[in-house]
Amino acid sequence: MTDTPHSLGRKYPGGGRHGRAIGPSDNGDGEAAPPPAGRRADHGETGKPKYWVLGLLFLFCFAVTIMSEAAGTGTISTSFVKTLGKTLCLCLAAIAMDVVWGYTGILSLGHMAFFGLGGYMIGQWLMYARTEAIVLENLASQPIPATPQEIQNAIGSQIFGVVGSSDLPPIWGFAHSLTLQLALVVLVPGLLALVFGWLAFRSRVTGVYLSILTQAMTLALSLYLFQNDSGLRGNNGLSGLQNIPGHEQTSQAVISLAFFWASALAFAAGYLLFSWIVSGKMGSVIRGIRDNESRVRFLGYPVEGFKLFVFTLTAVVCGLAGALYYPQAGIINPAEIAPIASIYLAVWVAIGGRGRLYGAAIGAAFVSLLSSWFTGGGAPPLDLGFYRILWTDWWLVLLGLSFVLVTLFAPKGIGGLFDFLVRKPEADREGDYGPDAGSRRAEEGPEDEEART
Amino acid sequence: MRLLKILAALLLLPAAVLAQDVQSVLQTHAEEAASPSRRSVGVLLADISASGAPETATFLERYRDREVWQRLSDGRFYYAEDTGDRTYTLIDIDTGAATEGVSADDLEQIRPNGGVQREIAGALVAFQLSDPDISRRRTAVEAIARSPSEDHLAPLRASVDTEPDPALKARKEQLADLLAATYGDTPEERIAAIEDLTGSLSVEVRAALNRILATEAGVATDLPEANIARVLEPGRDLTEAAAYGILVSEGLAQANPTDAEIYTALTQNIDGGTVAGVPVALLGDPAERLRAYDALAEAGAVPRRIPPEAIAGAVTSHVFFESYLEPDEAITDAARRVLSGIQTRVGLGQVADRTLDGLSLMSIYFLAAIGLAITFGVMGVINMAHGEFIMMGAYTGYVVQLFVPDYTLSLAIALPLAFVVTFGAGVALERSVIRFLYHRPLETLLATFGISIALQQLAKNIFGTQARPLTSPDWLAGAWAVNDVIQISYIRIAIFVLALIFLALLLFLLNRTRLGLEVRAVTQNPGMAASMGIDPDRINMLTFGLGSGIAGIAGVAIGLYAQVTSEMGSSYIVQSFMTVVVGGVGNVWGTLAGASLIGGLQKGIEWFNPSNTLAAQTYMVIFIILFIQFRPKGIVALKGRAAGD
Repeated sequence: MTDTPHSLGRKYPGGGRHGRAIGPSDNGDGEAAPPPAGRRADHGETGKPKYWVLGLLFLFCFAVTIMSEAAGTGTISTSFVKTLGKTLCLCLAAIAMDVVWGYTGILSLGHMAFFGLGGYMIGQWLMYARTEAIVLENLASQPIPATPQEIQNAIGSQIFGVVGSSDLPPIWGFAHSLTLQLALVVLVPGLLALVFGWLAFRSRVTGVYLSILTQAMTLALSLYLFQNDSGLRGNNGLSGLQNIPGHEQTSQAVISLAFFWASALAFAAGYLLFSWIVSGKMGSVIRGIRDNESRVRFLGYPVEGFKLFVFTLTAVVCGLAGALYYPQAGIINPAEIAPIASIYLAVWVAIGGRGRLYGAAIGAAFVSLLSSWFTGGGAPPLDLGFYRILWTDWWLVLLGLSFVLVTLFAPKGIGGLFDFLVRKPEADREGDYGPDAGSRRAEEGPEDEEART
Repeated sequence: MRLLKILAALLLLPAAVLAQDVQSVLQTHAEEAASPSRRSVGVLLADISASGAPETATFLERYRDREVWQRLSDGRFYYAEDTGDRTYTLIDIDTGAATEGVSADDLEQIRPNGGVQREIAGALVAFQLSDPDISRRRTAVEAIARSPSEDHLAPLRASVDTEPDPALKARKEQLADLLAATYGDTPEERIAAIEDLTGSLSVEVRAALNRILATEAGVATDLPEANIARVLEPGRDLTEAAAYGILVSEGLAQANPTDAEIYTALTQNIDGGTVAGVPVALLGDPAERLRAYDALAEAGAVPRRIPPEAIAGAVTSHVFFESYLEPDEAITDAARRVLSGIQTRVGLGQVADRTLDGLSLMSIYFLAAIGLAITFGVMGVINMAHGEFIMMGAYTGYVVQLFVPDYTLSLAIALPLAFVVTFGAGVALERSVIRFLYHRPLETLLATFGISIALQQLAKNIFGTQARPLTSPDWLAGAWAVNDVIQISYIRIAIFVLALIFLALLLFLLNRTRLGLEVRAVTQNPGMAASMGIDPDRINMLTFGLGSGIAGIAGVAIGLYAQVTSEMGSSYIVQSFMTVVVGGVGNVWGTLAGASLIGGLQKGIEWFNPSNTLAAQTYMVIFIILFIQFRPKGIVALKGRAAGD
């Protein structure tokens, strides 16, 4: 896609393959600025699948398989394979976040809550099934076989003894069935997003307000889960999730590799799905919503419907990513759902570069791996002579400041570097939210009044 | 009422005449003192109490505790200490002078019996109740309140009239009523005492009334002649199983084997892979278990199960009731009446107490959020680092206390200093980061989040992870207690006052000063304000500094009652956001309304479930999400062109 259309006819392309179906945003003086010549080229955000991303991913997966303990030389440890698998899940959540934020302009501070909910749903089955196996084994040594009620009670007290209860709450009603819990992985985050999004978009809450509202939702959810009587073990969370029922004899090395591949496939599928969504006609509409919501509405598009669809779909994908993540992490507790987690997700996407899917994935992988390297004590201390910088103490300071710098000076994030590589022209959007030149504008003006209220 | 007479006699005698020492009084009644009897000891006790000797209380205590000995050779009384080898050291009662090496043969221990001991104790309390030293009187009254007994009633009543201190007198009267309610001689006296307690909110009054109203569960075939509190209907007031349980525990019915007992019986009777003919493998089915158990019972190996009809029959043929331990119906009626009146007032008091709690929470939210509201209103940017400015203010207070040990003075320094520090930090943040992002409000959110995590970690690196104390001055310690139900700590009152001061200051600043005019102009229309000669850059900078400075002061206030940690800011930030969003942007009253709504709501929800503040917060957030549906721009929304869209 290196065509450079100069004709006015291509300025409002019906197919909207160029992401500017709505037309250029004005500068607030009511005068539509003609698009600068030579800037109409395709760039990252039209989101045509970048097959080289998938190619790289599979090369990477084969490399990891060859070096893993289970199927290869054992160069890298099982725990590192798990870390890589978890990182792929985070990348999947990050591209979902990119679609909802970078493409649609909804800065959701709740997508990690959906991620955690997915984890909780799969965790219920993992924990129930494993506890059931243990309980059956224990009861088998009894002189007479146990009644179903006794088995239920034993499972209940095994799981809930830690919060001083012994009854299985009703929300564990589906926990015996993997199929039903898998359905819940999709349904629970999806329905929550649907109801919340419907309420929020219907009342035209936008911009910063919407961010705070999603943050409030996340806070409410995590506070609810922190309660011991929430039915999900309060702040103990669900644990022992790395043991897969029915595969007790399988070594963790094999399980970790299987989950790594599953995460990679999920990421690939998610990448293709989102690429398809943002590259088509719909992609043009949602980018239009990001750049100027009122204008899209006036053109007759059902803005709320588009937003709701994107919000719900990304929530479902986040839930699935969480369902793959937490069996690898082994434990989930309400702290994982706290608002800060969702803010970090936004941070990854911003550092990676909004408005291009591979950028978000790179950001998530880069920051989360770097973060675990620094906080895990992997980074050597920096000796300044008068002060020794221990990175476990100073990493967050560094991350915070570098995030400010990225926001200020590199709004395109890491993904922006690719523009230098392939000599892509500069992005031509001048809207309010995107990785644009807005921060470098000199003049004050009422251009973004809507965003300011 | 012997003691009453004693005390009356005591009070009638002029004090000057009474300047006698204990020994001489004892010598006057030597025979009584040596072998006291319950009937006759009163005169001796009266005279001793009347003597006015400083040693009286000590003597009475030791007399009661059988530590007083008489020397047979001269008939005088002493305290004695065993020095072994059948010799004692005698200590003079009045002077404390010791005489060593007195043979046991010359001594006799005085052993007041139980009845006499009670008389002495009564005299002792009476003595302390009329002690000239008010603190000793108070101690005596509190001693009675702690362990009330029948003996205390008369001396307490006797001491009421002569009590000079009005507060203590009221206390004594109430205590006398409390004692009389339980220990009064006649039902009339007790009822009168109970009715005197009407309207008292104290915990001990409620406890005493509840003691009078104590009940015990009972069961009989017919309702007995007793002071019945209520009759329990099986099926409505208690389940049939519970009713049958009562019958079993009273020995009126035979126990039905529980599941666990059935299980044990079955395991004990396994016979070659079967239990009473039922194969063990089938026993996973509850019905099969019962069949096997019944077969065992048939064979006489275990007690039979009681059929449901028999249980129902046993339950219906008995009446279950609760009866008062107190037999007199008139007394329990009076107590119930008074107690229900008290409980109504306690309920009202609790509402008032909650309201005060809500007010204090509201003022905290107001202080935490008002700075945010100003910056958000004027600049349309949200400052995620606001919570860290709160933390910065609190740490400023902590550092000041390290250098200035006087807490009042350090607080006086810390408040303005916190403002200066956070004002500076706010201006620096605005100049270095935020002004470049005015056109991208969402990115401000993220950039300030970066600042927030950096500042948080920086505070952790400097001050460590453990909580640091910010001690309040003595005059802010303690709580203002209206009565036993309504009380609020002085710190919370101080925070409330602080919030009021800031409300007034901000209203003045925004509505009556040039700066306020310019701020309002920029809030409503920055472009127009700029063309009128107002420098929006300067206004933005000052407003941001002002908002941050208030956050710093809020930090000192919050630090006084909560602990200072590097994470304290983040626990207020989301609430602050919600306060701003609910209240509406760019208006001090809006923030006040938002803070009232959120603070009041949180306390209101806690009212229903006081033990669970997490649930209260959850429901509050859900309520706010729904609230935004109806007022997307908050309670106080800017209207018309000022609204910006």
